[in-house]
Amino acid sequence: MNTVYIMWLRELKKYSRSKSRIVGSLGQPLLFLLALGYGLGSVFQKAGQGNYINFLAPGIIGMGIIFTAIFSGIALIWDRQFGFLKETMVAPVSRFNIMLGRTLGGATIATIQGIVVCLLAIIVGFRPYSWILILPAIVVMFLVALLFTALGTGIASQLEDMQGFQLIMNFLVMPLFFLSGSLFPLTGLPTVLAIVTKIDPLSYGIDALRTLLSNAGHYNLGTDITVLVLITLVFLGLGSYLFSKIQI
Amino acid sequence: MENIIEVKNLIKKFGDFTAVSDISFNVKQGEIFAFLGPNGAGKSTTIKMLTTLLHPSSGSIELNGHNPVNESAAARRSFGIVFQDPSLDDELTAWENMEFHGVLYGVEKSLRKKRIEELMKFVDIWDRKDSLVREFSGGMKRRLEIARGLLHHPKVMFLDEPTLGLDPQTRNHMWQYLQDLNKSEGITVFFTTHYMEEASRIAQRIAIIDHGKIIATGTTEELQAQTQTTSLEDAFLKLTGSQIREEEASAGDHMRTMGRMFRGTGKR
Repeated sequence: MNTVYIMWLRELKKYSRSKSRIVGSLGQPLLFLLALGYGLGSVFQKAGQGNYINFLAPGIIGMGIIFTAIFSGIALIWDRQFGFLKETMVAPVSRFNIMLGRTLGGATIATIQGIVVCLLAIIVGFRPYSWILILPAIVVMFLVALLFTALGTGIASQLEDMQGFQLIMNFLVMPLFFLSGSLFPLTGLPTVLAIVTKIDPLSYGIDALRTLLSNAGHYNLGTDITVLVLITLVFLGLGSYLFSKIQI
Repeated sequence: MENIIEVKNLIKKFGDFTAVSDISFNVKQGEIFAFLGPNGAGKSTTIKMLTTLLHPSSGSIELNGHNPVNESAAARRSFGIVFQDPSLDDELTAWENMEFHGVLYGVEKSLRKKRIEELMKFVDIWDRKDSLVREFSGGMKRRLEIARGLLHHPKVMFLDEPTLGLDPQTRNHMWQYLQDLNKSEGITVFFTTHYMEEASRIAQRIAIIDHGKIIATGTTEELQAQTQTTSLEDAFLKLTGSQIREEEASAGDHMRTMGRMFRGTGKR
């Protein structure tokens, strides 16, 4: 238990110390909110879909979370390169606890990021459907964050250095985000895109957030949560297996 | 005296390449033991097996009575280690690095506080305890790593080329401290180095490994007598030859190759 806590604390300390990282990571979501939210707002309205900012905000919150979460997981590569990973590997504690602690830490950071993006969205004009439902929405944010941090950790435990990073950005993170229905409604899609959005786990996270924050879900909330929990468990299991196999 | 490290017929293979080829040796409790060899001889691979980071292909290891493979937690509690390259967290302070280690090794809170202060004062780093490790010089990092490795009172201290890149002042200070600790607490010290003068001055017993095999063990005097030379450096060269070695690909390099294949970039 102490191991999990100290690994979690380490992630939070590192995060709170890198002010530039915090500010820098908010630029992109803000740009999306302003450019797309206001740029496409009137078209969206004319198509009879209502207020685009209210539709878009949960998607951009999801974006803030997935980027931060996968990055936190991938940061394992830095630990390997700077040698700190060895210190944890020779410690008399289970590797599962180490992996769990750092994944929970990364997920906490990504959740904070999601909350901050949510506040930003409110500042630029987003109006949540119900203020009370923000609380369960935060729980969903944490679940999404946990899922993608575990995925990032699993990937990072297979990589030796940062060279594969660009590949992961372009062939994993970007597609996960763009094909999740974060920017567009899931109804009336071409068949292929409809299938792809069903496979993308982020779809369910964003759909759950949209249900809670904008009262505009596509699947039902029960399905969303079930899928998220199951995939999170699979990724946590896979991540900790791959992590336990790391040899230095 | 009892043996704290017992290695029997230890073999480690990476594919076709045999990094460690059937070695056996013992280290007595309270001994200062030097493990010498040219680059790529199998030193680091052996240390990794002793410290649970790699599993042997065959053979047996006992560390403080524990098998590093199936009693890894007990084995890990028995040793402290200073790696060849730094293993501190740059973005945490010196104190936080110590605290982190103490928690991982289950050192109880009040004891932890007391020991951290003692050790950091001893290695002359206490006044910088709240500075980020990033701001430290190479020598300070080494000292902090040694302090950290000792925090959980290990029975054996492994040091893999600990003095690489340190100035003579820091080097002497470090060895003085470790020798004192060896005398007062009976800590066994197991180290590797490329400085023969250092090995002959510090170590009570020496093993020389080459091409994965141990080719000689004994005190400096015994090794010199055996090779009819007058210094450990000459004895070492006589035993291992003067040809310059290419380091064989380590496990890490193998992984790097796999990573490249996975990413589809770079050369195969």
